[in-house]
Amino acid sequence: MTTLVSNHAAARKLTRGAIWSLLGLSVLLAFGFFSLLLLSGATTDFNIVGAIVLAVVIYVVLSFVVSRIVEGRRKSNDRLATALVTSAFVIALLPLISLVYTSVSKGLNRFDADFFNSSMRNVVGQGGGGLHAIIGTLEITAAATVISVPIGIMTAIYLVEYGKGRLSRSITTLIDVMTGIPSIVAGLFAFALFAIVFGPGIRFGIGGAVALSLLMIPVVVRSTEEMLKIVPNELREASLALGVPKWATVVKVVIPTAIGGIITGVMIAISRIIGETAPLLIIAGMSTSMNYNLFSDRMATLPVFVYTQYSNQGADAQAYLDRAWTGSLVLILIVMVLNILARILSKVLAPKGSR
Amino acid sequence: MQTSAPPTRVRAKQRLGDVLFSGAALAAGIMILVALAAVTIFLIAQSLPALVADPADVSKDGRGFWTYVGPLVFGTVWAAALALLFALPLSIGIALFISHYAPRRVAVTLGYIVDLLAAVPSVVFGLWGITVLAPAMQPVYSGLVDTLGWIPLFAGPVSGTGRTVLTVAIVLAVMILPIITALAREVFLQTPRLHEEAALALGATRWEMIRMAVLPFGRPGLISATMLGLGRALGETMAVAMVLSPSVIISFALLTSQNPTTIAANIALNFPEASGIGVNVLIATGLILFLITLLVNSLARFIINRRKEFSGAN
Repeated sequence: MTTLVSNHAAARKLTRGAIWSLLGLSVLLAFGFFSLLLLSGATTDFNIVGAIVLAVVIYVVLSFVVSRIVEGRRKSNDRLATALVTSAFVIALLPLISLVYTSVSKGLNRFDADFFNSSMRNVVGQGGGGLHAIIGTLEITAAATVISVPIGIMTAIYLVEYGKGRLSRSITTLIDVMTGIPSIVAGLFAFALFAIVFGPGIRFGIGGAVALSLLMIPVVVRSTEEMLKIVPNELREASLALGVPKWATVVKVVIPTAIGGIITGVMIAISRIIGETAPLLIIAGMSTSMNYNLFSDRMATLPVFVYTQYSNQGADAQAYLDRAWTGSLVLILIVMVLNILARILSKVLAPKGSR
Repeated sequence: MQTSAPPTRVRAKQRLGDVLFSGAALAAGIMILVALAAVTIFLIAQSLPALVADPADVSKDGRGFWTYVGPLVFGTVWAAALALLFALPLSIGIALFISHYAPRRVAVTLGYIVDLLAAVPSVVFGLWGITVLAPAMQPVYSGLVDTLGWIPLFAGPVSGTGRTVLTVAIVLAVMILPIITALAREVFLQTPRLHEEAALALGATRWEMIRMAVLPFGRPGLISATMLGLGRALGETMAVAMVLSPSVIISFALLTSQNPTTIAANIALNFPEASGIGVNVLIATGLILFLITLLVNSLARFIINRRKEFSGAN
């Protein structure tokens, strides 16, 4: 009588095992092809990306054809869609993996004590480090945070707790507009602003902070607004009914309830602006020496450091490239730490009880 | 003798704390208005000299500002459009994979992984693009030029470094991928459960269900996600500045070493050495970039808002 397999054949359906063996076959074919290329000497080393892409293509075509023959048009289209959607995800992972791999492997070359305790002053070729850039990035980002967080949070409080009518609507619209400002335009604005006051050729750290806060404020406002909106109205009403003034209600009841989300939003905003290059290139400039003063002289920052190390390679190009990669590795690490910290804080500070 | 006096409105006592606090909140809100007004005013003020200047001072060939900015606008739009062409199908695929294909448990983690891409600073993308991607793509480009060179897009001579507008478009696509994916994912997840189940109950395969229920529902959201991604690609600076070997031309050829550059990259490359009227010219191009992104973003917002009125689907 009928076995399990012929049952499937009768229902005209591919088994799970058949699908996996198709996948295995395509991987085998693709890697075999590239191994042959390697053995025949056509390529010098094994092209892993090419092999993965080829395997995906073979699998998509193979599963479509087999399914078309066995299962018919509708099922085969479904399988094609599944294969395409999955391979879209795999393809998107390739740049991420490649990027992380290169930054780590090349960045580790100079990821040493020297990088973290020396600047580029009088350094040509080997040696030197990014301490001046790290200090600059921290100072400028801190200044931008000091400017943006009060304005951002107060604006969100205005929009949620006080604002109504035309003014609040137009502020909401303008926040949208601000979200879309290209970073380089923010830099140009800061330059245009300070050039009028201090004359053309002005370069200093605080200008960079102003440019960055222009990019940061909308992010802070947006996230704080979302957080304040989900604070239950009952809390506000209970507090007001007890005779607590409105400002104290906001400060003592609403904000503490939402503080976890607000802090997360601020951290995400910081991690977004800390990697900005273009505005700092324009208004903060670049220097090779330590500069602790935000208000005078050019100030180095990590992203600009990475850029200049790459674009102005000296005679010993490899030393400059190594420093650039180490700079970007440090930058990625800072952004990752901020992101992870934000997630942890949002868990720790989440309002207790209700959920 | 209790007279029932007409109920007078009880006015709350004006507390100093309330006045100060709401005043501060209002001031912060108005600060936003002032900041944006300042952006516009200062940019225009610094651009005007470039617009009225003697054409001979503006650019080397002496044909004035608009001839100078034309190729830049073309390059900006062209690179961003190419990036979108790559990023959009991929993002839709990834978003669908996370929302409808991957197991629930894995899906959240996969979402984080894609969001990780968004956290990488643009200068790192630039560095990666020029040291890893461009050399890796160069053999592919020569192959394309050799076999498909008769198509104007792939016309030769091929760039020897791989620093072409196509490489830039790929880097930009990787950069806007997480933005479009995140939005598209949200939109797909909002599809009414009943629509999906109805489609499946009628015997639709998963793909047919997606085509009939998920995609039509998500179309407006997808369009606005696309626009936001486009806005981001238009303003992206460092990746383009580092990867592209620029020249001032209007050309659709993807693989040559003569590539149209973008406004943002042009500013970043030339600003540090610019002086006098040159600074004003660059700021004026920045103003034009601002207007282009403003247009694209407003269009996206308009589509989102229009959709809000219609979202009676749920």
